[in-house]
Amino acid sequence: MTSGIQKVNKLIIYVLLSVFAIVSLLPLYWVFSTSLQLSSYQDEELERQVSYVDSNPPKMYPVGITEYFEHWGKARDAESAGDAEAAAYHRDVMDYIIEDTFSGFTTLFNKNNVGIWFFNSFYIAVVVTIGILLFDSMAGYVLAKKRFPGRNLIFWSIIATMMIPGQVTLVPLFIMVRNFGIMDTHWALIFPDLAMVFGVFLMRQFMHSIPDELIDAAKIDGASEWKTYWKIILPLAKPGLAALGIFTFMNVWNSFLWPIIVLNDADLYTLPVGLKTLQDANLASFKLLMSGAAIASIPMIIVFMMFQRHFVKGLTLGGVKE
Amino acid sequence: MKPVHQTANAVVQTKKPTIWLQMKKNYSAYLFLLPKLILFIAFIAIPVVWAFIISFQEYKIFGSEWAGLDNYIKVFKSDAFYDALGNTFLFTVVTVPFNVISALIIASLIHPLGKLSQSFFRGAFYLPTVTSMVIVAMVWRWMYNYDFGLFNYVLGWFGIEPLNWLGQSSSALWALIIMQCLIPFGVGIILYLASMGSISNTLYEAATIDGANSFQKWYRITLPLLKPSTLYLVLLSTIGSFQVFTQIIMMTGGGPGTATETLVHLIYKTGFRDFEFGFAAAQSVVLFFIILLFSIIQFRLLRYDD
Repeated sequence: MTSGIQKVNKLIIYVLLSVFAIVSLLPLYWVFSTSLQLSSYQDEELERQVSYVDSNPPKMYPVGITEYFEHWGKARDAESAGDAEAAAYHRDVMDYIIEDTFSGFTTLFNKNNVGIWFFNSFYIAVVVTIGILLFDSMAGYVLAKKRFPGRNLIFWSIIATMMIPGQVTLVPLFIMVRNFGIMDTHWALIFPDLAMVFGVFLMRQFMHSIPDELIDAAKIDGASEWKTYWKIILPLAKPGLAALGIFTFMNVWNSFLWPIIVLNDADLYTLPVGLKTLQDANLASFKLLMSGAAIASIPMIIVFMMFQRHFVKGLTLGGVKE
Repeated sequence: MKPVHQTANAVVQTKKPTIWLQMKKNYSAYLFLLPKLILFIAFIAIPVVWAFIISFQEYKIFGSEWAGLDNYIKVFKSDAFYDALGNTFLFTVVTVPFNVISALIIASLIHPLGKLSQSFFRGAFYLPTVTSMVIVAMVWRWMYNYDFGLFNYVLGWFGIEPLNWLGQSSSALWALIIMQCLIPFGVGIILYLASMGSISNTLYEAATIDGANSFQKWYRITLPLLKPSTLYLVLLSTIGSFQVFTQIIMMTGGGPGTATETLVHLIYKTGFRDFEFGFAAAQSVVLFFIILLFSIIQFRLLRYDD
């Protein structure tokens, strides 16, 4: 009896969760579905251009897939009936369908600088991530393991600034960047990002749990401070570094408010800034916009799939007290 | 053992080594801190202090003038500020409880499942939050499209007339609120799951012996023990919600009229479209104090009754 009820309960839980999961994943699906939707298509029976992106009711999947196989079947039928002209026509339509399905992506790369935006986003995220990992782990190490005058002052001022919303510094940063003459350059993005303090806090918490005996032992063996940090501390901090690295990369890759303020030159745009201007231009179809959205989201999806474990670790390090 | 001997000697000789000596002895610690400290001072500490200063000035490129409280008076006298404050407040008051409670429910449903299903669902709910809000906003704008959008199509199933979701003042803010509610609160789900995992099994075993059913166990054991996580999540999402910006600029630009104007979007407009730096700095200082106030209130509310 009970096991029967439990089975029903379990089924209800699975159904509920699946419904919620579908709702949560639907927008992402819609990005990819629209990006691969046939944009326009010569319908031979209706004898007119048909648009599937702006169709009502909306098409729930990229119709190119089914259209392609339909024409493939028709081409084969025509070939077996000996109608070479019809077969050639259907082959042409098949080529057109493939070209049109991916036309959003090809247009973006050929006409809209998306390749450059992608590269900019990528290299800025990599530079900032490496810098943050190095500087924050160095700072976190001494804040966790050394006693020296000013340690608490430094630690608490870092914690205190974590509470301050980033928008407070927008105006002064803008003036500074302008005075330094680095407006509309990537330096204006990289420096403020390198100053983010969350990683210091995370690293300090993580390194706190490394036993002091290991550091003392290294000292007795005559290792310098740098060597202790590089050879003993860093390898032990790998899980924390992985989590911090992933979150830093994600934050920089997705950052938006500051980049739209300091970047003007289209060749310097990062992906989110580029996507905004694409949308603002009002010329782009939704297929093109969703293709851009797909390009910007694919790297994060891959990173997430590869490092899901580290995401969980990083989130819980920051938020759960042991 | 040499270092120990040395410090012992030092203590004997001077009783309290002076701060200067301690600093000299630990010079390497400062070297380790140096790069981060320079960046922190230059790009966070100085700008924060400077923001407060600018908020009392009328900013000009050559020689700003002191303006006393003028900027703040302007903030509290402008209708735009109250519109933005009201919208941001409504947005927060609806979405934060909704998101935290739904994260709690989803995590509670996921937790009893097997390892494989657990990580599958955790992934399904976290994945949408790793993509940029810019992308999320773009696709929701498309789904809210009047003529060809997914939502008006779904409304059509129930015979409801298409709605101009983002284009009219009466529904634009609610469209953004609905969107925020339907984006899963991935961080919340993962944190709740981690906290549930760390609750000792003996508590549940004891409850089982006492004849408690699953719901009683959840309500009497799980829920109270999740309080610290709940506090953290409510704070985190309130602070995030008060900074709502990307959706606004990507989907409505604050309009129609001021229907979806929010505090950060107002700061952005004042500072970087109108270039009124003093005014914008004052607005951002006010935002800072609002967030601080909310943090303190929530901290007390959620802390005191246990």
